[in-house]
Parts: sequence; structure tokens; C-alpha cells
Amino acid sequence: MIDRIAQLRAQAGEAIAAAQDTEALDQLRVHYLGRKAELPLLLRDIGALPADQRGAVGRTANEARKAIEALISARSQEVQAQELSGSLLADALDVTLPGTPPRPVGRMHVIAATQRELEDIFLGLGFTVLEGPEVETVHYNFDALNHNPNHPARARTDTFYLRTEAGPGDSAGEREPSERLLLRTHTSPMQVRAMEAHPPPLYVVIPGRVYRPDSDATHTPQFHQVEGLAVDDDITLADLKGTLLAFARAIFGDQRDVRLRPHFFPFTEPSVEVDVSCFHCSGEGFLRDGSRCPLCKGEGWLEVLGAGEVDPDVYAHVPTTERNAPGYDPEKVQGFAWGMGVERIAMLRHGIPDLRLYYENDVRFLEQFGA
Amino acid sequence: MRVPLLWLREYCDPPLDVAGIEERLTMTGTKVEAVLHHGVRSPEHFVIGRVVSVEGHPDADRLRVCEVDLGAAHPDGPATIVCGAPNVAAGQTVAVAQPGAVMPDGTKLAKAKLRGVVSEGMILAEDELSIGANHAGIMVLDELAAAQRLAPGQPLTRALAIETDVLELEITPNRPDCLGIFGVARELHAATGAPLAPPPWSTDPGSAGPVDDATVTVECPELCPRFTARLFDGVAVAPSPLWLKARLAAAGQRSINNVVDITNYVMLATGQPLHAFDFDRVAGGHLTVRRARPREPVQTLDGQTRTLDGEMVVIEDGDGPTSIAGLMGGARSEVSSSTSRVLLEVANWNGPNIHRSSWALGLRSEASSRFEKGLAPEACAYAQALASRLMLELCGATLLPGTIDVGTPVADPPPIRLRAKRLRSILGMDVTTERQAHILRALDFDVKRDDADGDDERLLVGVPPLRRQDITREADLIEEIARIAGLDELPATLPARRGACGVLSVQQRLRRRAVDALVGCGLYQVMGWTFTSPDSLDQLRLGEDHPLRQVVALEDPLSSDQSLLRSTLLGSLQTIAAHNRARGVLSLGIFEVGTVFALDTGSGSAIGVREHGALGVLMSGPALPATWRSSDPPKADFFALKGVLEALAEALGVSVDCIPANPELYPFLHPARAAEVLCGGEPIGWLGELHPLIEAGDGAHGGVSPAAMELDLDALVASAAIRRHDYRDLISFPPLRRDLAVVLPERVAAARVEQAVRESGAPMLEDMRIFDVYTGPQVGANMRSLALALSFRDPQRTLSDADIDPVWTRILAALGELGGELRG
Ligand SMILES: [Zn+2]
Repeated sequence: MIDRIAQLRAQAGEAIAAAQDTEALDQLRVHYLGRKAELPLLLRDIGALPADQRGAVGRTANEARKAIEALISARSQEVQAQELSGSLLADALDVTLPGTPPRPVGRMHVIAATQRELEDIFLGLGFTVLEGPEVETVHYNFDALNHNPNHPARARTDTFYLRTEAGPGDSAGEREPSERLLLRTHTSPMQVRAMEAHPPPLYVVIPGRVYRPDSDATHTPQFHQVEGLAVDDDITLADLKGTLLAFARAIFGDQRDVRLRPHFFPFTEPSVEVDVSCFHCSGEGFLRDGSRCPLCKGEGWLEVLGAGEVDPDVYAHVPTTERNAPGYDPEKVQGFAWGMGVERIAMLRHGIPDLRLYYENDVRFLEQFGA
Repeated sequence: MRVPLLWLREYCDPPLDVAGIEERLTMTGTKVEAVLHHGVRSPEHFVIGRVVSVEGHPDADRLRVCEVDLGAAHPDGPATIVCGAPNVAAGQTVAVAQPGAVMPDGTKLAKAKLRGVVSEGMILAEDELSIGANHAGIMVLDELAAAQRLAPGQPLTRALAIETDVLELEITPNRPDCLGIFGVARELHAATGAPLAPPPWSTDPGSAGPVDDATVTVECPELCPRFTARLFDGVAVAPSPLWLKARLAAAGQRSINNVVDITNYVMLATGQPLHAFDFDRVAGGHLTVRRARPREPVQTLDGQTRTLDGEMVVIEDGDGPTSIAGLMGGARSEVSSSTSRVLLEVANWNGPNIHRSSWALGLRSEASSRFEKGLAPEACAYAQALASRLMLELCGATLLPGTIDVGTPVADPPPIRLRAKRLRSILGMDVTTERQAHILRALDFDVKRDDADGDDERLLVGVPPLRRQDITREADLIEEIARIAGLDELPATLPARRGACGVLSVQQRLRRRAVDALVGCGLYQVMGWTFTSPDSLDQLRLGEDHPLRQVVALEDPLSSDQSLLRSTLLGSLQTIAAHNRARGVLSLGIFEVGTVFALDTGSGSAIGVREHGALGVLMSGPALPATWRSSDPPKADFFALKGVLEALAEALGVSVDCIPANPELYPFLHPARAAEVLCGGEPIGWLGELHPLIEAGDGAHGGVSPAAMELDLDALVASAAIRRHDYRDLISFPPLRRDLAVVLPERVAAARVEQAVRESGAPMLEDMRIFDVYTGPQVGANMRSLALALSFRDPQRTLSDADIDPVWTRILAALGELGGELRG
């Protein structure tokens, strides 16, 4: 009996090792371990054996059954792995075909992206951001900013005035000269609006779209500025220089320097134009090969913005109200202001040759920036 | 303004080359925009010669062969020069260009053979040196030679300014004094410390008092603060001397005759314009300055008749107006070759008034551009002094006694107090009071030391007449010190920023998030024009009374297609899409954040303008790029764009709803594929496929019109900003999820179903989503099946099926009321 068990065990071992797929193994399981198979029957009938043989036969049969089960299980794992690998290989890809592109990446417009970058620089310097209306009055755009009545910027050739009369001879649309409507020619009107709304100290930047009737490669009738205004009781022209130096380095690189050149603006005194040392030639004016720097035209400096200490007369145009009390007394507060062109800064940084590209919105232009 | 460097150096001559002068002027506020060159390229090979003999050319009637003594410049005896000028004669001192000379136009002179005779140079006429226009004859320098003891062979520059650098300056509007060359010289003096010559007007041959025969009345002193005139007799009108011609030419002025040239020269030197009348043609010998009558015609020097208004000023004589004040003289009293008596007018006009008249009449001149800046009345006297001297010297004239001088002299303004402490506090750097005083004196200010008040040092500063328009306050003096003391000395510091904190407002953060969300959807941000045209409104099929027709118009548009301010972003989105489509870009997703404008006729008496920030999106062509796995991806349609809207709303944390749009309000949208977008129940925009009639069907979209939307971004952000962000526990207990399919009449909108389910399921129903829509034979005609995924939640416990049974029953009942039946 014990010999027969050993024989069955050996047979099963060979058959299992030879089995090539799950189906064959299932058959072997039925054949050796199924209800009608020899080994289970033998175990079931063990009671018929003489008592002294029962123990040995039972133990041997059980061991054999467990061993066969283990062999089937082990072989089954091997076969399954082989089968999986076979089926995986059957599902082969041409790995050289192009991948499926993900959803395309969008872009911010280079003007918007540059404007946001400028905002972030000044946020970091402690300024908050304000927006203002694009349609302004003569009062805020010129009068309150200390422009002489004959200042050339007021001319119809330099400012877009708006038609507000409904028709000829319509008196309902007539406005006081200072209340005439126009498209703001700079972001500076918000200087006075900001001071009307907030008491000092005031640290704000005002980004936005502005308009002037010019159109060529270096002028578009609409463009963008970022205005800055800082008013406190002790803000100096040197503070302006430091603030704009921080800006220049953030935008144009750590090695940049700034220089202030005296100029004239009606609403700042002293007024300056601010040049940044040229990043293309490191301010040398010429390149390594000795040729003249094409970016700064050999100057070594790039004109970037206009600025100055706020003119005392501008404070005088700010009425004191509950909102901005104690108000802006020219003897007690002082500060600086600047206006920078976003298009110009983006143009310098990216080497964009023609301002009109900004508003053509050709996809091949858009996709180069603003990621 | 053009400043010939030789002329400038006559007044102030620092030991600097042109680049050095350029740098100093620019860094002290007089920006040099360009350095030009006038005249010959180099003075070499231009010499003085004396004509020894003149003989006819053997083979050409009109040419002469001259032997010209060039002294050391041609040591082997006289040079032979062929000359075509009729006025050449033996004994003349002349200007000669020898071979090698480079002419103003850059050509280099060489020995030339003229009809067989070798010419060793050229005897020069005015135009060949860019001094004048005269080419009729050569320049004869006999008088100069006698006066300056010139000898043959000496460089021509001894006699004439034949070349100079010319500075092209940007003069800021506050500095009309720098519209005169002496004013620029004073700047150079202050900027370099080089000595300044006395003003060219410092000697005056004239006298005060009335003038016999001539009188002037000023009827409008508010527009004519000062009017001066002097009378000259025995004036010989003739060409100007060469030096004067050369100066005017270098400054960009054409020479006319000596009298007119003197007025121009004095204007260039002092900044003060002048006008010369032929006094014998001034009817009655009397001039009246008065306002023009409305619609009064005046004939001006250029032969045109101009129609004036009551704000303009004319100067008239006994026969009527002779000129428009400050703008242009009249033809009647113009100086001519027969003039012998000259009345020289130097007046001061109201700047803004001249500015206005000049723009209204379209008349701009060197004179008007100076007057409109507002000149100092004192400058009249300076110009009279310099002009009188030149009239006597150059025109052989006699100055009759007296000076007509109408106007009330302006009292000297009180001196301005300049506090050292204030200067330090504005600039952030120290300038000693000694240096302050030095700078101000160099700029012609009168400076006294104020008695020190405590430890604060002060100066008392008197402003010179020419600067009184510009310098009225302490701040103005601080600027003067700063610009000359050198802004490059300024340290770079940062403000103390007490209490200042740079943060974006909630609205600003949300606006940025909106842009980021759209970029995240794969869209490109664009920037369109604010300007639009009436045509583009027509193209949108807007009716006469459509609200988007309430557009704002510009008074002076650059062109008719930029005459309006846009009332919608759709036009520019379409323009940009068309631009790219024409360049082969068929799959396009773009958005714009920008301002739109509308006339506001409702507020008070005056018509106003409303503006708000808008957000527009346009998608056309395939929503995704075609690939080898999906060669025909779906076109961007209503639902593709609605997905963008939902992503945007999700990013902003607001809920938006779409309801069918009224086609009359949105004539530019496909009438059956358009929605009005609501936020908090209020309409904030629209979304839809464009009407086939407004998008030219070019087949590029495969039958699907582009989809577009526009939202009121301000309203959207405002509604997002008020959302609260309190914590809700969505973690401790799981939701219970159940699906259902319901068959409903097709006309019942999905939103209506959602509303019914949400209302009946509250508060346990947490979310519902439509995940399948089926129409077809299995559900019958005019019916459709909606499959809904529902999710229930109780923040206190885990829900069991039994817990939601009552809710479930209510939901089914609500669906039943809509005509719905549970499917399968
Ligand atoms: Zn450079």
C-alpha cells in the first residue's frame, strides 16, 4: 500500500512538471486529488485496513496529497506567469509611434505676464496693487496732475477725447471743461484717486491700459503702464533710486545699475528719466567684437521710465475727506512716483522688434512667451 | 532745437569735446538727442586764395582760367583753377577748395581736366559750403580780408565757419529760456564751470521814451502783457554777411535778407521772436493790438486768407489787420528790397492763448512754438537791444530815439526761501549751502544767505526774469540744485515702509486665478484693440436698439475702423481668430481679459461712460489636436466651451447656470445653441456657438461654428469673493452612492431635473451628476433617459440604505411630477 502511494506521488510529480498550461494542471488536480481519484479514495477507505497499518498508511497518503497539492500550486504559478508573459507579448506596441499629446498648454499674453511679474516685484517691496478707470476726466488726467492749460499733451492730437453729446446742439451731454471725458493717457490719474481714497502712508502700483494717438513701429495707440506711488513723511529721491534699482535688477539681472537723468514732468519735482545699464553689452556700449551694441546704440544705457518726487501741487489737488484724513499736506508728506511702459520692458527683455506684434496675436508669437 | 556748437562755444567754451559737452548737458537735464554735422566734413584743403589773373578758356566761352595765389598752400607759384562764375575777377580774395577737400555732401575733390585745362581746385560759391543758396557767383571775401588781414594760403576757417557740429536738443516745455542759444550756454556754464560770456544783449544802443511818428495801442493787455517797438531809418535791405548766413544755415534757417535774418538770428540767440514791419507801409504809422472779431478774415504772409475768432489777437494799422499776433505776419507790411524805414516789434503774448490759436488755425512756426510756452516779458528788451545793435552794424540804419513800450512792468517776485534741511529731506543726500549758492548763481539766480533759524541753514533766492514761469517754489529750487549737483551722487536706499504690506486683494487674486484656470484649459491669452468700428457692430447683426449699440465714440479717431470703444470682446476675438485662420491655424482656443465700454445716458444731466472688466473666450476647430489614434477629434462646440466655463467657475469657487438665450438679445449666436450665463441668479454673460451668418462659412470648422462666450469678470469675481471658506468634515464618514435612470419628456431641461432632485434630496443629498443621456427607440419618441449619479452624506454617521429610503422616495416623487418614470 505504501509502495502504491509512493508510486502515485512520483507519477504525479512527473506529470505536474510536464504540464504546460493551467488547463492541464486542472486535469491533473482532478486526476490525482479529485473525488474519484485513487489517493483520496485510499484515504477514505483507510478504516478497512488493519489497525497496525492505518497510522503509517494514513500519514504517508496525507503527506503525498499535500506534496502533490504543493507541486500543482507551484507549477500553476509558473505556468500562469508564462501564460501572462505570453499574452503580454502578444499585445506588442510599436513603441516608435508618436505619443498622444496631453491637452495643449495655454499661455499668458507676454504683456499680461510681464505686468504680473512687475506687480510681484513691487508687492515684494511692500506696495499694493490698484486698478483704475480707463475713461478719465480732464481733471484727473491733467488738471490735478499740475499740467499747464497749454501743455502739449492736452492737444486733440495727443489725447483721445470722447464724444458725449447725443447729437448736434444737444446740451444734455455738455460737460464742464475739467469734466470732459477722455481715454487716460497715462496711469497717473490714479495717483490722485488713490490719495483721495486712502490716508498716508501710501505705497501703491497701478497697472493698466493707456491710450495716445500714435501709430508706428515704436508707438501703438494703446499700451500699458505700471504706475508707482509712495507717499510717507520722509520718502526721498534716493529712495526712488533704490526702489527702481531693485526693480531693474529683478527684471534685467543682478548686475544692472540705474542712473537718474534730470527731466521735466508736470507732476513731479525733481523729475528724472531713469536709465538702466544695458544688459546686452553690460553697459559698455560695445560688444566683445568691438562693434557698437545694437540694443543701447552704443550708449551703455537703456531709457526705461520717467519718475520723480511728487510735486507739492499734486498734493494740493487732493481734498481732505473722512476717507483720507488727515489728508496730504505738502509740508508734511513727501514721496515719489514713476510710470513705466510694460511694452517697452517686454520689448527690451525679449528683443521684440515691433510693438504692433503685441496686438496682432499671431499664435506663433503668443506661444513663445507667458509659460 | 538745433544748436551749432561753434555758436554755443562763442558764449561758453568748456575744455571738452562734443561727446563731453553732450554728456554734461544730458546729465543736467538738456537732453542731446543727436549730434549732427553741418558744412564741410573737415576743414583741411579749404584755404584763402587771391585771384592773380583771369583769362578766357581757349575751348569754352563760359569758363575762365584763373591763376590763384594760395600762398604756402601751393608753394610752387599760383594754382591754375578753372572757374565758371561770371563775377570772378583779378584781385579778389576768394575761398578755394584744393584737391583732397571733402565737400558737405561727402564728395572728395580731385584734380580735374576741364575742356583740356587741368584745374587744381575750385573757387567756391555759398551753396557749395552749405552757407546759402546762392550759386550765381563765387563768394568774394575782399571786405573780410581787409578787416581781418587775411592772407592767401591761410585756412578758410580763419574767415568763415565752414563746418560745425550741431546739437539736436530736447528742450522740455518748462524751459523756454533754452529755446535761445545763450540759455543753453548758461546751462553749459552751470554744468561745467566754464566761464560764461556776457549776454549778447548787454550793450543797448537804444533809448527809452516815445518814438516820433509811431504809436501803438494795446486793447487787450491780458493777451499782450508787453509790446515794444523801435523805429529804424535809412535801412539798406541787402543780403546778409556771410558769417550771419553761415550761422543761420547751421541752425537750420534759410537766409532771406539782412533785416529778416536779424530777426531770426536774435530769436535763435535769445529765444524771443521778433517781427519787422516796413514802416512806410504801416498806414497811419499806428498799430493797434486787439481781439479779432468773430469770423474776421485776415490775409497772411503765405497768401492765404484765415478766418479768426474772438479769442485770437490781430495787429492792425489804419487799413485793417496786418498780422495775426504771435503766429504770422501780413503780406502788406512785409520788408522788401525797397524798404527804408523798419519798425521792429518785440512783443510778449499770453502763452495758452497763442497755443490755442495756433492749434485752431493749424499755424505753427518757430515763433509760435516759443510764444506758446509763455516767455518772460523782460526778454522783449533783451531782443530789442541785440537786434538794434545788429541793425546799425549790418543794415547801415539809424535808430530813431525812443522805444515804444506798452504794458505794465511786472514787479520782481519775492525771493524764495530754500531750507537746507528740506533739500536734504527731499533728495536724501547732502549738498552744502556753499555749493547750493554756487549752483544757483551759475544759473543767474540772486542768492543771499538767510539768517540761520536755529540750526536750519537757509538761502533767500531771487529768480532771474527768464526763469520766473518755471521757478516759483522751494521744490523748484531743489530740482535746480539736484540736477546740477549730479544725481549720480545720489545713494540708492529703500523707503522705511512703515505699516506698508504688499498683498493682492481677494478680487485681484481671483482675477489671476481666472487667467490661470483658462491657461490651464490650454487657452492662449490675447490682447485685442480697445478700438472698434461701426461696421463690426453691423457684422454682429445688432439691431438699432441693442444695448451693445450704446457705444462710446472718439472725437478724433486715428481711422474710421478705430472710431469706437468696444462694447464687447467678441469683435476682437473674431479678428484674432480670422488672422490666425488665414495663417493656417485651424484649431484655436483664445481668451481675453479686457475692458468694455458703454454710454451711460441714465445718470444725471451729463452723459457718462460705464466700463467694466470682461472675459471673453473663443474656441474653433478641433478641441484637441488630431493624432494617429484619433484622426478626427471632436470640434470645439457648445459643450466644449461650457466645460471651460465650468472649470473657470470651479477655480473661482462659484456656481454658474446656463439657461437658453433669447435669440433677440444675442443675434450673433446660433439661436438654438446659445445660453445666457447666470451667477447667483443674475445674468453675467453669454455662451454659444456663433451664428453662421456672422462667421463666414469657409469650411474650416467642419460645419461647427466657433463657440464663444463673454462674462462680466467684475461681477463674477465679486460673487466669488463673498464665498465663505469654513471647514466641512468630508473625511470621517463615507458618502453613500446610488445611481438611477429616469425617462422624461425631452422638453424637460436637465437643469430642471437637477433642481428637482437637489431640492427634494436636501439636506442629505450631497451631489448629483448626469452621466448619461439616451434618446432612441427604447424610450420612445420625444422622450429621453437621463442617468443620474447621486451621493448622500450625513456629517454625523455612516449612512445605510435604510437611512436614505425616505429621501429616495421624495426624489422619485419629484421626478414623477416632472413626468419622469424610473427606467429598468
Ligand atoms: Zn548695450
